[in-house]
Amino acid sequence: MAVTAETVAHLAKIEKSQGYWRSVWTRFLRDKVAVCAGLVAAGLVLMAIFAPWIAPADPLEGSMIKRLSPIGTEGYPLGADELGRDMLSRLIYGARLSLFMGVVPVLIAFAIGAAIGIAAGYLGGWVNTITMRVLDVLYAFPSVLLAIAISGALGAGILNGLLSLTVVFIPPIARVAESVTTSVRKLEYIEAAQASGASSLRIVRDHVLGNVLGPIFVYATSLISVSMILAAGLSFLGLGVSPPNAEWGLMLNTLRNAIYVQPWLAALPGVMIFLTSISFNMLSDGLRSAMDVKQ
Amino acid sequence: MLSFILRRVLYTVPIMLGVSLVCFALVHISPGDPLVSILPPDASVELQQQMMAIYGFDRSYPEQFLRWLGLALQGDLGNSIATGRPVASEVFNAVGNTLILAVTATIIGFTLGGLFGFVAGYFRDSWIDKLATAISVVGVSVPHYWLGMVMVIIFSVELRWLPATGAGPGGSSQWVWDWEHMQYLILPAITMSVIPMGIVARTVRALVADILQQEFVSGLRAKGLLDRGVLAHVIKNAAPTALAVMGLQLGYLLGGSILIETVFSWPGTGFLLGQAIFQRDLPLLQGTILVLAMFFVILNLLVDVAQTSLDPRLQRG
Repeated sequence: MAVTAETVAHLAKIEKSQGYWRSVWTRFLRDKVAVCAGLVAAGLVLMAIFAPWIAPADPLEGSMIKRLSPIGTEGYPLGADELGRDMLSRLIYGARLSLFMGVVPVLIAFAIGAAIGIAAGYLGGWVNTITMRVLDVLYAFPSVLLAIAISGALGAGILNGLLSLTVVFIPPIARVAESVTTSVRKLEYIEAAQASGASSLRIVRDHVLGNVLGPIFVYATSLISVSMILAAGLSFLGLGVSPPNAEWGLMLNTLRNAIYVQPWLAALPGVMIFLTSISFNMLSDGLRSAMDVKQ
Repeated sequence: MLSFILRRVLYTVPIMLGVSLVCFALVHISPGDPLVSILPPDASVELQQQMMAIYGFDRSYPEQFLRWLGLALQGDLGNSIATGRPVASEVFNAVGNTLILAVTATIIGFTLGGLFGFVAGYFRDSWIDKLATAISVVGVSVPHYWLGMVMVIIFSVELRWLPATGAGPGGSSQWVWDWEHMQYLILPAITMSVIPMGIVARTVRALVADILQQEFVSGLRAKGLLDRGVLAHVIKNAAPTALAVMGLQLGYLLGGSILIETVFSWPGTGFLLGQAIFQRDLPLLQGTILVLAMFFVILNLLVDVAQTSLDPRLQRG
């Protein structure tokens, strides 16, 4: 009797055993900090998407007599900026360009960097050496300096900002991709696949990608936080997004002269950058520990 | 050891060459004729060609690069378009101010970060650990230029304790180590120190936690060594990596000081870069970036050599 019950319990356990991604998801849900961060990040993305429906006023239309109204003014819950535009609406609309400028470079760099790194790691030999040495040169610049150098040379503009940030994030992602791929390539099942005559492309597609994309992706998500700060920083310097667009870094820049008149109003856009950066950072930390099987 | 240093130095040469190539390319990826910013829009074709020849823009790229590199090696980085002064002397003046700021910030950040990280790693999973971890996450996630603005708002606008911008009374740019000047250093240095603090805290926490789990620590404890004695061993083992992180952070701060220098109008390289961007002064931009990037490469080299000489285990790698 006891034996049967044990067997049933054992069978039930087997039935319940989950795939890798499901167990990652379960582990992630147990991490309260990461879930909170995920909810905040999701909220910010939703705010960006539905900005026209949420924002109470036009982010670009100002009223001269309302210039620099303090927080809590009637009709202007978070005050008005230096051109009398509704601060709350500008902060909501600002999520669009700010998130776009922060996230898109990392996504593009993920695609390019992963491709370069996986190719270098899988092919090894002189291809690897040359690729990694070239990337070392870009890696030799502090990231802020490289972003500002390229952006500064190209001039202001959304596209130039995206381009410079993408260039900054390719080398670190490629480095991670290369090291993960190199370690996978040495595993026996890859050797087995090679021995059975599978083409390189097929081995990479069927056996390598599934094992390396996860860690590379998690690494890339950890860069989003940096990218948000850098992207807003470019606009803060007058590179990146140009007026009259609503973007948090640019808003900080234009409100900087107002810190003696309405100090806390001027600091508001930074709160949004901080909130976004820290929630993406903690979300990425949670993802990493959830995906770490060793735990 | 000597062969390691030699190899490391030799490895740096192509990197330096690559870095200067990237800096050279900056002027050429910028849109429009490089002369547009020097010449008035109604300049005659003759004058344009004359200037092209002077600046060497009429030659091939490899020729231009070699010429530029040769001059740069002799300390000639060209002239600023905005002021007409040599870029090298402008950068040289500014580097000193940036170093004062970055070194102070690194010392503050390393001391605090090391302390937080050490305590957190030693009392792992306690509330102190959680607090220290939270501080380090905030440190790496906060947009430091905004933090700078908040510092100015609190300590200059609201409390009126410290000056908001500049590097000395009356806009003086000549640094002196006295209280008059140091007042100006406090806010930017503390703001800047937040970045290395978070990263140093994270690194030291992981290091200490890792070392405490190693067998030699339980061995020391079994031998009857007191906690204070164990502590000394932990510090000795964690120091090389922690110092390496500090060195690299100093490099990042040198290169990344532009945002903070802009907030505080600190007359360093970052402020210079800001001016170069604002006035589209490409030679100044190029020269400043080159000097800062070279600083970073050399610092990397020094850190590697120092770390290896402190920790002989690394030499085998």
